[in-house]
Amino acid sequence: MASDFDHESIAELQRKQPAFRGLDAGHMACPGCGQALGARLVTEAIGPDVIIANATGCLEVFTSAWPRSSWRVPWIHSLFENAPAVASGIEAALKVQGRPTKVVALGGDGGTFDIGLQALSGMLERNHNVLYVCFDNEAYMNTGVQRSSSTPHAAMTTTSPRGKQRMGKRHLKKDLLSIIGAHHIPYAATATVAYPSDLRAKVRRGLEIEGAAFVLVHSPCPLGWDHDGALSIEVARLAVQTGLFPLIEMERGTVVSAMHIRSVRPVVDYLKLQGRFRHLFEDAPEAREELQHLQQIANHNLELYALRSDQPEALDSESADTARRGGLRWS
Amino acid sequence: MTGLTEIRIDGRGGQGNVVAAYVLAQAGFEAGRFVQAFPSFGPERRGAPVAAFVRISDRPIRRRCQIRQPSYVIIQDASLLNVPGITQGVHPGGGILINSSRETEGLALPVGVKVKAVPATALAIQFLGQSIPNTALLAAFLTLTDLLPLEALQRVLSRRFEGEALERNLRLMREAAAQVSPGSWKDAGCDRCN
Amino acid sequence: MIDAIEGSAAVARAVALCRPQVIAAYPITPQTHIVENLAQLIADGKLRCEMVSVESEFSAASVVLGAAASGARAYTASAAQGILLMTEVLYNIAGLRIPLVLTCANRAIGAPVSAWNDQQDSMAMRDAGWIQLYCADNQEAVDTTIQAYRIAERSELPVMVCMDGFTLTHTLEPIDLPTQEQVDSFLPPYRFKRALDPLSPITIGNLVTPEYYSEARYVHHHALLRARAEIAAADQDWARISGRTCGGLVSVDGPEDARVGILSIGSVMGTLYDARDEFPDLGAVKLIKLRSMRPFPAEELQGVCAGLSELIVLERALSPGGGGIVGAEVRAALCEMEPAPRIHNFAAGLGGRDMPLKIYPALLEAAKAPQATRFAILDVDLTKVAEEDR
Repeated sequence: MASDFDHESIAELQRKQPAFRGLDAGHMACPGCGQALGARLVTEAIGPDVIIANATGCLEVFTSAWPRSSWRVPWIHSLFENAPAVASGIEAALKVQGRPTKVVALGGDGGTFDIGLQALSGMLERNHNVLYVCFDNEAYMNTGVQRSSSTPHAAMTTTSPRGKQRMGKRHLKKDLLSIIGAHHIPYAATATVAYPSDLRAKVRRGLEIEGAAFVLVHSPCPLGWDHDGALSIEVARLAVQTGLFPLIEMERGTVVSAMHIRSVRPVVDYLKLQGRFRHLFEDAPEAREELQHLQQIANHNLELYALRSDQPEALDSESADTARRGGLRWS
Repeated sequence: MTGLTEIRIDGRGGQGNVVAAYVLAQAGFEAGRFVQAFPSFGPERRGAPVAAFVRISDRPIRRRCQIRQPSYVIIQDASLLNVPGITQGVHPGGGILINSSRETEGLALPVGVKVKAVPATALAIQFLGQSIPNTALLAAFLTLTDLLPLEALQRVLSRRFEGEALERNLRLMREAAAQVSPGSWKDAGCDRCN
Repeated sequence: MIDAIEGSAAVARAVALCRPQVIAAYPITPQTHIVENLAQLIADGKLRCEMVSVESEFSAASVVLGAAASGARAYTASAAQGILLMTEVLYNIAGLRIPLVLTCANRAIGAPVSAWNDQQDSMAMRDAGWIQLYCADNQEAVDTTIQAYRIAERSELPVMVCMDGFTLTHTLEPIDLPTQEQVDSFLPPYRFKRALDPLSPITIGNLVTPEYYSEARYVHHHALLRARAEIAAADQDWARISGRTCGGLVSVDGPEDARVGILSIGSVMGTLYDARDEFPDLGAVKLIKLRSMRPFPAEELQGVCAGLSELIVLERALSPGGGGIVGAEVRAALCEMEPAPRIHNFAAGLGGRDMPLKIYPALLEAAKAPQATRFAILDVDLTKVAEEDR
């Protein structure tokens, strides 16, 4: 009967049959944590048939304090620097046993850009059938906001503070995607929690790959970036719209797609929302100089990936439209 | 330990003296003896002097120490004679077998040590077409010392080679054995402590 | 079947007989031949196994951790610097109670840089929570490797099989390799109760607060103590199949009424056995072979040392600034014996220094000193040491 198919009933059905949540609610993340959101989106996209190897970091700590666990999928945390190697071992075991379960490795920027880079490189070089997802909150957040190689240029952290002789982190954000690209794996991508459908699509793409895949998920940290937790999505969206965090896809080292930006925002719109960049708004020549540096970095990305577009952008509006319609189930 | 014979094989890195030691030990095993063989441990570049060692005994060999006074030394590469001390340390009454086409007068040798030169490389080139002296040296050695029956070496070669390669090695073995005086070194080297 | 083969090749064959499913190793002297032999067996189709050529020892240990946690029997091997590099992972494996077997090809640790045999590497891991068994010869290396899988899988503890690098790994000797049937009758397929499996999802590697940590460590410690029975049983059961024993946790050879004992560990035992035969006029001596360093068999040791008036502990490692490692643990185990033997503790053979037969008379002579030697490096040559450094 027609009345059974009205939106009220379908919403009712959805509530009764929620999507499988590999990472369940009740964990101990900060309010507005980009990584928690990212992990939820990623595990929703993956489903139950997975084994996860997770590096030490915020995600591990706030989900697995004994005797509780937020994980509803098989999950192992070993050490800080070896999630890709543990994942390689799980993949080898499943291969020998003929089991088709997918292996996913999760790590923060610390465990991926820095201490785990060697293990990651080995996993990619051997092309293990593993999807590696890095939640990039741009510092060692779990241990109290120390800088990593992923920390953006000029950002303040406890080990790259503003001082009489310093304006935050001296070095540039490590170009990890180029390093990943140099391994010529079948698929690598950047994503962000501000564009959840795009993120889920990229995760699903990575899961379908036979071989190594890598997704870098930009994940705001309200504590470390020093902004209100309610602004996490907006901050993440501005990172994309300024060009500072380009959303790209790579196949075997070649960029094959980029999300275009219809109205490019100046970097100050992004920076001014975050306390970690507040020193750049001082009335001082060094502050102005760093603002210029960051704008130059953004401009470089805009050129390199041809991010500007006047046209209505398929991915961008499709994501928004898809979200309005209630997700990819309905498209 | 009675019945224990210790042998050192001097060669140059990359020329197979460890293989020679293993083959000799395996020949001992084929002849029903207890054996132990090991290289001089450690990294070494190609061409550098290296040694390998063999123990052959009537009783189980349990010791793991170095061989400092071998009864016999086999020198796979005559140019090693230029290395100071290469002929020292041989037990009195022992023997040094040298892979050389030249005579051995004028060598500074320890007192009471027998010496024999065998043109093992030349024989190998003639019979195998390759300059690997091991088979010839070991055949000559076993014949001189009467330490093991030649047939034991034959059995080891049969496990390592087959077909034409085996046939050539066996012919080489017999020729090298024929070029030395059987058993003339028979009484060297047993019956002492390390 | 008995054959004269290199120790490393024999260990590789023993591992293959245990039907491993995942092997991961990074090359380091003197372990290389073990892994190369395994690679050849796989390449020739004689071993169906996934070999992961990792980019460091840290990853080697991590790969086998992941594999074993997923229900696949796994294997790795390393030595010295490699063991140190994977230290963090070794502690992790043991704390997570994951069954694994690792061969440590005992080698000295830099600095000073050395490629040669001593036992500093495995001794440095004695607190990691692994079972550690030492092999006196290559036959024991084969038999202990096979036993190790059963011990590991029954006790849910990883086992480090220690064999002297070069001295055993690179030495050819007659070794009796068991048949596949013999090994299969002893070692059932690996079934890990806590395997990662989507049909039965669990969380491994939780953060444990002070409220629970002591209990976790208590369980771990007592699991190691209980493993003594598993180690002894594995040796006895394997002896029934193979006809050979490795001497359980600790074993003794010598006249019942001997009042002097020499305790040691690893391949030097062979030299001591032969030396005792070569020097028969030096009196009755018990030769005590310590096989299990972890769990440390304190009670068994007290039994074996009962009646001794002099006990010499000879080891191939030391704790700089402290003294002997095995010596200290032996002293602790025997301190309540009444009467307790005088204990003389020596390290020798460090960095691969040869230990000739004559260390036996040297040790017995040292044990006659009016003052027992608390600790000394037996074979140091002071002419090579500057005056001010003595």
